Amino acid sequence: MKVAIIGFGAVGQGLARALAERDMGFVITAVADSRSAAINTDGLDIPEVLARKEETGLCGDAEIGISDILASGAFDILVEVSPTNADTGEPALSTIRSALGMGRHVVTSNKGPIACAYHDLKALADQNGVMLGYEATVAGAVPVVSGLSQGLAGNTIRSLHGILNGTCNYILTRMRDEGLTYPQALQEARDLGYAEADPTYDVKGIDAAIKLVILANTVLGMNVTLNDVAITGIDSITLEALSLAEAEGATIRLIGEILPGKNQVRVSPRVIPLDHPLVVDGTLNAISVCCDLAGDVTFIGKGAGPYPTASAILADLNFIRNSYGRGA
Amino acid sequence: MKLELKDTPGQLLGALKPISDIGGNIITIIHQRDQTSAENTLKVDVVLELAEQKLDILIEALRERGCGVVRIGKHRLLQKQSLIMVGHLMHTDLTDTVDRIDQTGFAEVSELHMVMPAIDEPSSAKITLRAVSPEDMLHAVRILREVASQKDILILEPLEAVE
Repeated sequence: MKVAIIGFGAVGQGLARALAERDMGFVITAVADSRSAAINTDGLDIPEVLARKEETGLCGDAEIGISDILASGAFDILVEVSPTNADTGEPALSTIRSALGMGRHVVTSNKGPIACAYHDLKALADQNGVMLGYEATVAGAVPVVSGLSQGLAGNTIRSLHGILNGTCNYILTRMRDEGLTYPQALQEARDLGYAEADPTYDVKGIDAAIKLVILANTVLGMNVTLNDVAITGIDSITLEALSLAEAEGATIRLIGEILPGKNQVRVSPRVIPLDHPLVVDGTLNAISVCCDLAGDVTFIGKGAGPYPTASAILADLNFIRNSYGRGA
Repeated sequence: MKLELKDTPGQLLGALKPISDIGGNIITIIHQRDQTSAENTLKVDVVLELAEQKLDILIEALRERGCGVVRIGKHRLLQKQSLIMVGHLMHTDLTDTVDRIDQTGFAEVSELHMVMPAIDEPSSAKITLRAVSPEDMLHAVRILREVASQKDILILEPLEAVE
């Protein structure tokens, strides 16, 4: 099947490499970054595109862009991996709408459009008989969307708790393990590339809240927006607070919580026993659900990075190929 | 509560049934045979959880079965929960923060462990609340959260809170 990749940063490049290295029946026919695009209906030369991006910062021809890829129609699946805009989901939201409207499958790692407009996009995909894949939007490589919607289908999920932001988990892990203060741990996370220059989005709990909105709307049958989430960040956690928790055999972690029965969604630092399965180290993500039939189930894995994200996108691509591809 | 029963088979079971019928939760039963008195009765200590307003109904039901209630001891505040607070706890009137819980009549602050690393730095404290029932505890935590948001104090709740 023919794949167009919109967004050619770390994730887009990681995906292109992973697809080029594996013979899974996909051909990349188009790529676009914020300033250029390349199209070849017979398949692009990926090593050449990657080299050009590295050399010039552009993946293709600066004269063309996303609209030309859409107009060409030279793809079966559009993969949208541009950066998240949490306020409006744009410009990715419009790109995704166009592709679905054209009867093309869409796979995305972009949280903005799914958090802002999942129900609309799903309806549009259904009308056009195509699939909308968004496994990569929550917890990177961890297959939590398919795990909850397929693996645990038939269960009623009573509660969901998760470590959904690797940056916050890294900072709190380092504060506990090494006695670093919050500013020291944040600086270390920056130096290692785990935190952005402006860490607000992560440390204030907004990123975790967006992921909760996605899980609530897509797999828990709720209809909530970011404004419905009560959000508290980790930026005022003290070492003394961690010591007080430690004295009780517990620690402090930023926990996302969904209680579907109470229609309650919140993100806040919580005191959690050290032997709780959600206490994972470093940048790992973890999601624990309590189900009526299955009981407690916990998913743990890498929540970010080009290859873990590419892994989740590949899973969606394979699902589409198996369901809709030639011979399916 | 301490009960006085006739020392005949089936009496103990008969005395416990009204407790479960009324929605009480039996925690322990202490039954010592050597305390049998001259009147051929025996005394049994039962520790149970029960809404206070149902106590009179229970005593009446026990009496109807010929089971005397010798003594009743009450511990009102059975629920316990600890939280951590971070902020300028002293300078935002700690007495008032504690009073807002104590004034409720259904919950109290039973323990406070505070660490103040330096002047002008935020302090951190473990606060332990006791309350009459799980609902009252939820209510008390809600009050604490409101007070904290007014005073710009961060409240860290345990993951496994009272539901």
